[in-house]
Amino acid sequence: MSVNASWYLTLAAVLFTIGAVGLLVRRNVLVMFMCVELMLNAANLTFVTFARTLNDIGGQSEVFFVLVVAAAEVVVGLGIIVAIFRRRVGATADDIHNLKG
Amino acid sequence: MLRAAFLIPLFPFLGFLVLVPFGRRLGNPLAGWLATIMVACSFLTTIVVFAGLFRLAPDHRLYVQTWYSWISVDRFRVNADLLIDPLSMTMAAFVTGVSALIHLYSIGYMEHDEQFAKFFLYMNLFVSSMLILVLSGNFLLTFLGWEGVGVCSYFLISFWFSRPSAASAGKKAMIYNRIGDAGFLVAMFLIFERTGSLEYQTVFARLSHVGTPSLTAIALLLFLGAVGKSAQLPLYPWLADAMEGPTPVSALIHAATMVTAGVYLMCRINPILFRAPDAAHVIAIVGAATALLGATIACAQDDIKKILAYSTISQLGYMFLAAGIGAYTAAIFLMLTHAFYKALLFLGAGSVIHAMNDEQDTKRFGALRRAMPITAVTFLIGWLAIGGVPVLAGFWSKGDVLMNAWKNNSGLYIVGAVTAVLTAYYLGRAYMLTFTGQQRWVEARQSGGPQLHPHDPRWVMSVPLVVLAGLSVVAGLINLPFSHWDLLARWLTPVVGAHMFHPHFTTAQQWYFALADLLFAALGVAVAVSLWRGTAERPAAEPTVLRRAWYIDWAYDRLLARGSTELAEVTALDVETRTIDGAVNGVGALFRSSARVLRKVQTGYVRNYALGLMAGLVLVLAYVVSRTV
Amino acid sequence: MHDYLLAATIPDAITFVVAAAICVVGALGVVLSKNPVHSALMLIMTLFGVAVLFVEENAQFLAAVQVIVYAGAIVVLFLFVIMLLGVDRQEAINADPLGHQRLWALLLGALTLAEVLLLAKGNWATGAHSTSGSLDQNSRTNVYVLGKSVFTTYLLAFEITSALLVIAIIGAVVLARRTRSRIGSAGGGDLTPPFDDGQGPDDDTDTAGGEAPETALPEPDLVLSEGRLVTAGESAARPPSGSLGRPAAAAFGGDTSAPAPRPPSGASGAPNAPKQEAHR
Repeated sequence: MSVNASWYLTLAAVLFTIGAVGLLVRRNVLVMFMCVELMLNAANLTFVTFARTLNDIGGQSEVFFVLVVAAAEVVVGLGIIVAIFRRRVGATADDIHNLKG
Repeated sequence: MLRAAFLIPLFPFLGFLVLVPFGRRLGNPLAGWLATIMVACSFLTTIVVFAGLFRLAPDHRLYVQTWYSWISVDRFRVNADLLIDPLSMTMAAFVTGVSALIHLYSIGYMEHDEQFAKFFLYMNLFVSSMLILVLSGNFLLTFLGWEGVGVCSYFLISFWFSRPSAASAGKKAMIYNRIGDAGFLVAMFLIFERTGSLEYQTVFARLSHVGTPSLTAIALLLFLGAVGKSAQLPLYPWLADAMEGPTPVSALIHAATMVTAGVYLMCRINPILFRAPDAAHVIAIVGAATALLGATIACAQDDIKKILAYSTISQLGYMFLAAGIGAYTAAIFLMLTHAFYKALLFLGAGSVIHAMNDEQDTKRFGALRRAMPITAVTFLIGWLAIGGVPVLAGFWSKGDVLMNAWKNNSGLYIVGAVTAVLTAYYLGRAYMLTFTGQQRWVEARQSGGPQLHPHDPRWVMSVPLVVLAGLSVVAGLINLPFSHWDLLARWLTPVVGAHMFHPHFTTAQQWYFALADLLFAALGVAVAVSLWRGTAERPAAEPTVLRRAWYIDWAYDRLLARGSTELAEVTALDVETRTIDGAVNGVGALFRSSARVLRKVQTGYVRNYALGLMAGLVLVLAYVVSRTV
Repeated sequence: MHDYLLAATIPDAITFVVAAAICVVGALGVVLSKNPVHSALMLIMTLFGVAVLFVEENAQFLAAVQVIVYAGAIVVLFLFVIMLLGVDRQEAINADPLGHQRLWALLLGALTLAEVLLLAKGNWATGAHSTSGSLDQNSRTNVYVLGKSVFTTYLLAFEITSALLVIAIIGAVVLARRTRSRIGSAGGGDLTPPFDDGQGPDDDTDTAGGEAPETALPEPDLVLSEGRLVTAGESAARPPSGSLGRPAAAAFGGDTSAPAPRPPSGASGAPNAPKQEAHR
């Protein structure tokens, strides 16, 4: 059988952290989006790990839905990005700062 | 007949009510006549009620007329009621009588004034309040009248309010009065607390249940009220300033009626004073001191009204002296006679002032005897009466007081004697300066100013003078020290008799006293005449300390008035602006500055906010870890 | 509960380690690559690694779906957009304009990792009974079990997600659509992005001077009329674009067809608004 669950969880944690840090550090909108996907994957990995540990198919069903929603989210998000980039090419996440206090 | 008592204060009040809307329309002189007639009607009603009271047996001369239940809260019940007994009727009689005469006089005195009607409506309101004060059957209604006369005094003193000195004099009077009123109020609280009622009859019946300390406190507090109202030491400076008002006001309010309210109160509470001998002692001493003080100051004043004002203070001191030693009849007797001759003197002074075109400085008068004979004669009679020249009223009334003082404490007698001499002296000085000597006003006026033709006033002003002069002569008859002639004492016995001081004098002693009084009067008159016969300049006889009234008023101003002002400034600036406002504004500033700092969190960058999210996540995870690990 | 944590076999361990390495390297690549295309490719690498791990964990269907949907569709979509927008040319500036952002990000990331590891060490599973059915039921295949679960227990969620997908498609079409406009208008009235601080895109000066009109407001020239997309028709000969993105954009029907230099104005959409309303 596979290795101990905690290894998977550790890996998932590492992936999640990398994704989170990347989200905070990168300015390019598309790369930020990809970091979000990373985080989602880490979550998926966790789900599947627990599905195995607890012998519960619900974990895998959850991943299924996460996948669907992630796909939908990416579609809409990229649509928005395209619409933004039509207006202003080279927009980065730092360009919206009008709500500065 | 007694039932008509309610009309006594009602007539002048009706006069007031009519004059308020229609006074201006009635105009000069109708408004004045209306007011005078109202007061005269009140006087007639008083006579009627007086007669009705007289018809009752001496022991039953008491009639309480309840109008309605005024205040009824739990235990506290006060009715609006009148107490008709010898004391109140005596007061009402001379108040209405003298008021009527002065109203008549005012028709002439105020004839050139634009606010003619307003004057009379204030006067009527005053008389109404004074009558309520005097006739009331409980402390609270008396206090109502007390306040009423105080406020009318304020209105009338500052009648010519466009004059700053008049306006501030009115304020000064009000403030001094208020200090006394505080005493009156606290006394009422105490009385109610100790006896459960404010009605005179009820309170006096229950006095045996009240301890002496409380009684002493009550007496002293009521005396404080009297000190304020009757201008005794230390609350007297307002009376001198009150001379800013028109002369009839000075005559009525500050000679005959309002200032006597304090004496009336002391006589009314004689059961309390009887049981609080320490308080009575204090009253007598304060009265004596004030008498001497007033007399000394009057010796060096130039303004004729100020002379009379300080004279009033001095004579009131006599009355309190009498009340303090328990000689209530003497006090009332003196109050009665004093009302006559003081009002006479004031009205005479008013005539002179009116004739001299509002000049009040005696140093500018002189030799008016020939120009104004009636005024001169009546003034002379007034002087001699107040001086205590025999046969005239003052001789008998002041003699009464001095005799009783001797038996109580010879020190008081000496003070009273000295004051008597001074009284005869300073008023003599006033007479000499005004009516004899050179016509100083001619020389003064020659350097500019209209020509003066002083002459006796119209009949509306002369008649009161004559009447009052007559009263000053014969009023002594009501209480002669011979047996069966002490009418006033017998009349007042139901009210004050039980607690009165009854020293016994042999006939010889009485003659000695009479002789002594004659001596004092003669001494004063002689000195006055000799010093001031030909000249108006005697700086030696008018030392500055007396001219400045012992600097007492100046001291009050420096210490209290300026002190309060500075305290107020400190409070306004340091406490209010810097501290309180600073604190309040500081709170606002605190928020603003903290907001300025906290604002930096809102950078506007999404990535910064994402950092915040991460930080929150870290915190939550930390919490979870702390719980499970 | 079945104890799947017993003896781990060596091949499993090796598989895990290799796959984990691939994942981590890929993740780091996503974050650290300067070129977004490289980031996308690294993402694919990570996704493959995760798929391998799914297989390891007896989630075969999911592994397949991961590769097909995630790596095969989503990342491709990413790449499409990267190419379309020409973002691959942009260089990330080395220094972060936001001070301390990187420092804090790393710090917080490290903290998060530490905490999660602490939690994971405690094997912090509730130990509850299986709620949705066991992983292997009578030795059915993973697909069967998963399908049964999705179509029975989680049927509602399934239906809703299908609705969600439809909505996403419609949303994407609407978002990315261009509407026709005449004189220098913003592309699509109310679909324009919110941040318009008065600087028209004309102020986004391009490094290549000759391309100024191009980087100006894109002329919406796609109009949905008569049931088909038509171009504005007045597109003059446009200066050649040097960007990769432009031909791709032209394939979609062209973007900027600027007739003449237009005054950049934020409110320039107003006169055309009624027109757009009619066409919409």
